[in-house]
Amino acid sequence: MRASGTTSGAASEGAAGSAEVLRAERLAKRYGERQALAEVSFSACASEMIALVGPNGAGKTTLLSILAGAQLPSSGAVRASAGAIGWVPQQPALYSKLTVAENLRLFARLARAPDVRVAVARMLEQTGLAQRADDRVGSLSGGNRQRVNVALGLLSSPSVVLLDEPSSALDPGQRERLWAFIAELASKGTAVLFSTHIVSEAERYAQRVLVLDEGELLFDGSPRGLAAQAGHAGDFEAAFVAYLRGAGRR
Amino acid sequence: MRWLLAKDLLILRRSRLLVALLVLYPIAIALLIGFAISRGPSAPRVAIVDETAPGQSFTLGGKRVGLAEYTDELFRQVHVVRVPTRAAASEKVSSGDVIAAVVIPPDIVQKISSGVSQAQVEVIYNGDALQQSFVRSTIDSALAQANLALSEQITDVAVRDLDLLLAGGSLQALGSGQNIVGLSHISPALKDVARRQSSASDRATLVRIAGFASFAAQNLGVAKNVLTTVSAPIRAKSTLLAGKRTPLDTYAVVVAVSISLMFVCVLLAAGGIALEREENTMARLTRGPPALVSREGLLAAKTTLAAGSSFLVAIAMLLGISTFVPLDLSRIGLWVLAVAFGALAFGALGIAIGALAWEVRAASLLAFLLSLPLAFLALVPSGSVAHGLYDVISAISFVFPFKAALQALDAAVNGSSPSIAISVAHLLGLTFLFGALGRLGLRRAQ
Repeated sequence: MRASGTTSGAASEGAAGSAEVLRAERLAKRYGERQALAEVSFSACASEMIALVGPNGAGKTTLLSILAGAQLPSSGAVRASAGAIGWVPQQPALYSKLTVAENLRLFARLARAPDVRVAVARMLEQTGLAQRADDRVGSLSGGNRQRVNVALGLLSSPSVVLLDEPSSALDPGQRERLWAFIAELASKGTAVLFSTHIVSEAERYAQRVLVLDEGELLFDGSPRGLAAQAGHAGDFEAAFVAYLRGAGRR
Repeated sequence: MRWLLAKDLLILRRSRLLVALLVLYPIAIALLIGFAISRGPSAPRVAIVDETAPGQSFTLGGKRVGLAEYTDELFRQVHVVRVPTRAAASEKVSSGDVIAAVVIPPDIVQKISSGVSQAQVEVIYNGDALQQSFVRSTIDSALAQANLALSEQITDVAVRDLDLLLAGGSLQALGSGQNIVGLSHISPALKDVARRQSSASDRATLVRIAGFASFAAQNLGVAKNVLTTVSAPIRAKSTLLAGKRTPLDTYAVVVAVSISLMFVCVLLAAGGIALEREENTMARLTRGPPALVSREGLLAAKTTLAAGSSFLVAIAMLLGISTFVPLDLSRIGLWVLAVAFGALAFGALGIAIGALAWEVRAASLLAFLLSLPLAFLALVPSGSVAHGLYDVISAISFVFPFKAALQALDAAVNGSSPSIAISVAHLLGLTFLFGALGRLGLRRAQ
């Protein structure tokens, strides 16, 4: 079961010397007969950017939604530091009939932000949406909607942010801006765990890669380490496919 | 919860089509009910083909009855459209200009006068099952009225003739100029004659005949009473066991308001919950701990919005209809009570539906599919279907809020039975039941 909201006392020193802000302990999830997650354990430290990669149906979204508290695990526990966990689901979770600012204001109020106006202004500024603040979300492009989605995940200034395929609906320019924004977050101490289908993004932005397949955590290490294990030094995508093949998966 | 409620109100305000429907639907229902009740039903148009010769009459017990008297009675309840031929009548029925045609054959007078064969009129009609049923019941009712009027005339003639036979008098009414001795006078006269007879056997014979005459006179007297009661053999004396006698028009108001309350409330609550799923915001709101909004808080917010909106709609409807139909405005406190508890129960049903469905369209469809038969079943009167089937219908109606809401509002508006306290307690129970089901539905989604 999820052991929620454990205080900073639960945090420990990570491998790189940063404070541990998130720990998953033997997380498992079953949907009837199907095992979606099988005893997945890992931890994340402040400022760390971790990529969660794996084929379709590997259990990436299930893992992220359990870490976010949107789903209950069948067994295992999630331990997080005192700061809230920010969550950016794969599908934008927004009210399309409200404006960008109204969406931010609502969630800031529900999160009991100390100063709602400041929190909304900060997120509009950080996500570059100030010009679109009074536009209804339903009228925004997919990219801008995703930016609002990310902004909502970051409203409470979480110590960990979980992003489920954040760049999937974006064009290359928007993708670039999003990653710059996320990298800046990490540089300020936020731990970032993101899932992606674009393996090159994992190589480019993540310090650590978690490879998940059929609910099992197959690899936890640096992108370079993964390439080395697969025996592909050049092309990371080829290295990832070779790794899965080598593990007898695909 | 208040921020969630404010957000839902803002979204509702921006959903113009939905708001228009929520406002227009009850107004349309209220106007329809109001007009339908306040304006009496117009007589149906019926084509008449009279193939008899003008001024024909028939004799009943020596009294001449004009055919027009009979047909006037027959057509009193309809708007008569006279047509010359059967073909023309059929055409009018086919075109829908009249709902039916009645053909009076030329031999109807002979048939009635014969006293042996039954006279017959032909009814031509068309349309679907409902229209056919309406025509049959209208014509049957008209025929029953006409036959009753005719039988009363026959009874009058028969009673007059019996009086003559009993009391005696001139036979002119029966077509003879003679004066006859009444049956009741024969026995005393015979006894008087018998006393003067010397022969004992003649005396005994006369006394026996006098006894028979007395017996016959007594029984004909009874027959007179029988004839006067036979034209209307049964009269009803009605006793209402509980509550007040409810006029049909105010009951129709209660039904219309209950249906509107149910639709508005169930659709809003179900749509509200399903919208959170459709926008993917449900998980964002309720994930945790700590959750931004507890699941119970989310359900309460949706129920409050739906119940509040439908409450306003229902009360506005009642006040609007009261300009057409006289409703007792001094009972408005009870209206508020009944509508409020009904709205809560419908809101709870709505959130249970919304929690089951995954998106707004499915929730709306499910809400409609469930609400319509519930309203229909709750209006099925006992005794109109087989006993076992009625038990099933009652059980279904008991576990859904429509019937309880209808009874609560009927008690509030008309003071009918069961009492409003019983119905309100029932609605409260259903609110908790469906609230729990809604909560269970959200848990399942997680």
